[in-house]
Amino acid sequence: MKILTRIVGRLVKAAVVLLAILVLNFLLIHAAPGDPAAVMAGEAGATDEMFLAQLREKFGLDQPLHVQLWKYISDVARLDLGYSYRQQMPVLDLILDRLPATLLLTGTAFAVSLVFGVLAGVLAASRVGKWSDTLISSVALLFYATPLFWAALMGVLLFSVTLGWLPPFGYETVGSGFTGWRRALDIAEHLVLPALSLGLFFTAVYSRMTRASMLEVSQMDFVKTARAKGLSPAVIERRHILRNALLPIVTLAGLQAGQLVGGAVLTETVFAWPGIGRLMFEALTQRDYNVLLGVFFVSAAMVILFNLITDLVYGIVDPRIRVQ
Amino acid sequence: MDFWRRFASNRGGVIGLVLLVIIVAVAATAPLLFPNNPWKMVSRPFLPPFENMKFILGTDTVGRDVAAGLAHGARVSLLVGLVSTVAALLIGIPMGALAGYFGGRVDDALMRITEFFQTVPSFALAIVIVAIFQPSVVSITLAIGIVSWPPVARLVRGEVMSLRKREYVEAAILQGLSAPSIILRQVLPNAISPIIVMASLMVASAILLESSLSFLGLGDPNLMSWGYMIGAARTVIRQAWWLSFFPGVAIVLTVLALNLIGESLNDALNPRLSRRRS
Repeated sequence: MKILTRIVGRLVKAAVVLLAILVLNFLLIHAAPGDPAAVMAGEAGATDEMFLAQLREKFGLDQPLHVQLWKYISDVARLDLGYSYRQQMPVLDLILDRLPATLLLTGTAFAVSLVFGVLAGVLAASRVGKWSDTLISSVALLFYATPLFWAALMGVLLFSVTLGWLPPFGYETVGSGFTGWRRALDIAEHLVLPALSLGLFFTAVYSRMTRASMLEVSQMDFVKTARAKGLSPAVIERRHILRNALLPIVTLAGLQAGQLVGGAVLTETVFAWPGIGRLMFEALTQRDYNVLLGVFFVSAAMVILFNLITDLVYGIVDPRIRVQ
Repeated sequence: MDFWRRFASNRGGVIGLVLLVIIVAVAATAPLLFPNNPWKMVSRPFLPPFENMKFILGTDTVGRDVAAGLAHGARVSLLVGLVSTVAALLIGIPMGALAGYFGGRVDDALMRITEFFQTVPSFALAIVIVAIFQPSVVSITLAIGIVSWPPVARLVRGEVMSLRKREYVEAAILQGLSAPSIILRQVLPNAISPIIVMASLMVASAILLESSLSFLGLGDPNLMSWGYMIGAARTVIRQAWWLSFFPGVAIVLTVLALNLIGESLNDALNPRLSRRRS
């Protein structure tokens, strides 16, 4: 029963946040300089008066703001994110078309950065003050200061242009006609550079978090007790420190995963990766605001969904996290 | 004196400070070192670096001096980083202070807003804001400020909540001082050091954000910036590596310097915290 009310509570909260994002979107489009109809159509110059008048009528832009807001929200509730006049397609179809590529990229980058980050952090914490700790911490600090898009470009320069090991851009080899495993392998090859460069910054973040968390836990009383009992340092590190240090990291990492979606805009732009980040970039260059706001909404929804899942899973794993 | 000794005991902080002083010096003297407008074509396009000592870092796709772009870009990066951090502080500090001081419903309401801005993917929001209000220094700075204030609000809230229970604050309340004057005169001055540490780290992430925005073509069209230089050179990376390489190094060094300074400020200003950590 308790868990059910918890889930319902979280769902309500998520719905409220989604609603707030819609209101924000609505306010943004109306706060934009110029006629909202012109903005929506992506025609900054407002050349064709007839067309704009049509749009105004179609979107009810002549009606009071609260009526428009209600219409906008009920449209989205019916999964209508508007129409892209540039691409001559509904925004939702455009996004759904591109979503799988982004999920593949961000999912891989998240897994890679979590695994490498935690490993590096554990290694650094267990050798605190020694040269390997200094090395790991310095590299993490360097990656932490490296812009995502630059890491991606330098990756292309080194591994594609100079060494020729990996394809420099794209999702798969165009016109190769690969199927089945051969195709999966081809996509995986194209995935390496984007996923690594997107994950680089987050690897640094997670390794710094892991190191700090490990060191904090290792000062706690139950670790001292374990030492006093005469357990071997390796056992203490694995069973006492790591287990307790890991949970908050994974939870925090889950909550931070939303930032990956933002980073994907940069990575996908560099690698011409056909995801929603690339779609956002194209919408930017074409001033296609319906698509822009649509991608923003969907990525926020993804983040909320992800947070919800992390939250529920960890509430089950660790009873202490069950808030309220 | 004690502060400087503790700051200097961290080697990283000293390196960061030296780096930052150099970058600030270059930014400050850019109009003297490179009196030409950085947008001006000065030589043949695609001049590789270290060939012509007049244009030591080479020229770009239309013959603009890369070194001049870097020096002038430093001004933009530092300015946007600094001002947008101030903007974030101006939003975050009042939010956190009010929430922490009054607690209860005020706290609930303000923290809901904070949580909302923390949930929304910040880079995507920044893109949307700059795109809709048209790229300019003002819109970029505001967008970065709007997406970066939540951690400040949380930090200040926590500090204020714990300071609120101190005796000197209760004494001030009994004296009949008004809430704004207690918050401004008694509470906030005592919470200043963690705010300074966070602000120095925020300048670093603001510079990263600014460069990412201008890389996507959302920079101020009138100002040369590092992100723009890399974005413009993206498609010619095969022919001209130096066009994206040097501005990137400039970004990394600046951000690294600020992060190092932030960490060492943390050690110097919160000695108890740092001792516990190591």
